[in-house]
Amino acid sequence: MDKLNLDQHISRQYNADLEDLRTELLEMGGLVQEQVRDSIAAISNADAELARRVIVVEDEVDSREVALDEHCTLVLARRQPAASDLRMVLAVSKITRDLERMGDEARKVAKMALALVEDGGNGQGYVELRHLGNSVLHMVDDMLNAFARFDVDTAMSVAKEDKLVDQEYKSATRELITYMMEDPRSISRVMNVMWALRAIERIGDHARNIAEHIIYLVKGLDVRHTSVSEMERQVNESGQQAS
Amino acid sequence: MTVVEQTVVESRPMGDTIGIPFIDNAKFSLRNVDVFYSDKQAIFNVSLDIGKNEVMAMIGPSGCGKSTFLRCFNRMNDTIAGCRVSGSLKLEEQEINHPKTDVVPLRARVGMVFQKPNPFPKTIYENVAYGPRIHGLVSKRIELDEVVETSLQRAGLWDEVKDRLDAPGTSLSGGQQQRLCIARTIAVSPEVILMDEPCSALDPIATARIEELIAELSENYTIVIVTHSMQQAARVSNRTAYFHLGKLIEVNDTEKVFTNPGHQLTEAYITGRIG
Repeated sequence: MDKLNLDQHISRQYNADLEDLRTELLEMGGLVQEQVRDSIAAISNADAELARRVIVVEDEVDSREVALDEHCTLVLARRQPAASDLRMVLAVSKITRDLERMGDEARKVAKMALALVEDGGNGQGYVELRHLGNSVLHMVDDMLNAFARFDVDTAMSVAKEDKLVDQEYKSATRELITYMMEDPRSISRVMNVMWALRAIERIGDHARNIAEHIIYLVKGLDVRHTSVSEMERQVNESGQQAS
Repeated sequence: MTVVEQTVVESRPMGDTIGIPFIDNAKFSLRNVDVFYSDKQAIFNVSLDIGKNEVMAMIGPSGCGKSTFLRCFNRMNDTIAGCRVSGSLKLEEQEINHPKTDVVPLRARVGMVFQKPNPFPKTIYENVAYGPRIHGLVSKRIELDEVVETSLQRAGLWDEVKDRLDAPGTSLSGGQQQRLCIARTIAVSPEVILMDEPCSALDPIATARIEELIAELSENYTIVIVTHSMQQAARVSNRTAYFHLGKLIEVNDTEKVFTNPGHQLTEAYITGRIG
């Protein structure tokens, strides 16, 4: 049952409640997406102004998390949702938490950007940052698209991208260690870059978690803690059953 | 008069119900059941197993045939003029639908609780004692007293009525009357209890008591419950069967039905969508 038909309830108010949840989540997702993009740009371009803005937006993201949680609680109490509606409310509640944590990680990247600027250095020249940042941004875009369209294929591609991001992160770490070995004076600066990379990699992990929640929402499959190939197998199997 | 037929065709497919309609060690095995009211067919080729000590919930929109189907389980449809049931309905080895099946002992094995509490216009004691007495299950007054007490205790009513067993059954509150009817049903030691919307005339507290009772009774009895309350089906049953226009659409573990139903019609019904 790929189509969720959220607007097909007998109660129009119920349709509106669920549609509001979806819209609010997408808005929050948009904010976090911007935060992630800005934090990566801030650290790559040594832009302190942009980094400060990322830190300020964090409050807005937090208050959206609280509002969405409240909204989910209300729908649960008022409507006692079942089946796809229940999965929708549960998924929104979980996705909200992952989005908020993505925001936290973006804030960490922004703080590292500020530390680098204060040090007098910048993240420029660290191609690893730019590279990993681009990959993770791509994941975040895909993840939001997957939610907006309840699209399992796109959610699957996010999970696959995360595997690549993890590999890139490992090789970037090795690369940065060589910089520190070559020039011990760079250690504190490179460590900051390393923390930023770690935060960016964690953003990718949260995007993957959200992709898993989307698969749960659309297919009713719990694919947490499974490998990408196992996820793929389960999704394909359920697709065959439905057809 | 009702005509009871046995027209089991071995090769007939067992409907296109999805999920898990069949299980091992079934208490009831129903195969290719059709029910007609005169010319109008109300149930279409339904096949289903109900397990021992299982609570099976049957849900579906009004007029979908769930109550009609429930009434086949102890031949209550016999009392409806023009009603015709065909197919195989087995309670363990006994063919319920056989013309020679005696419905009196059948209904002692398969008891029923109705939507509206319907105590006899007799005392509380007599309401419960009536069944064991007419079925000859007890011979001495002391045994009868024991059956009445145990049944009322199992129905969770004993403490509330033990000091006024001579009061009329109808003097009790709605929820108490319904528990009295359950006590009356279990007094004859049935194997199966059928419940046709047992809580629809009760308030939330009385409903919670009955639901608690269903959970306790399921340790000793097989229970089949028809309900309009989806939350109730979700709370009390092990498996849920969804009926639509006389067809059995889906049977699955209750958890599965309410989190990820397999059929679009089930999904539409339990989520309040336009089906």
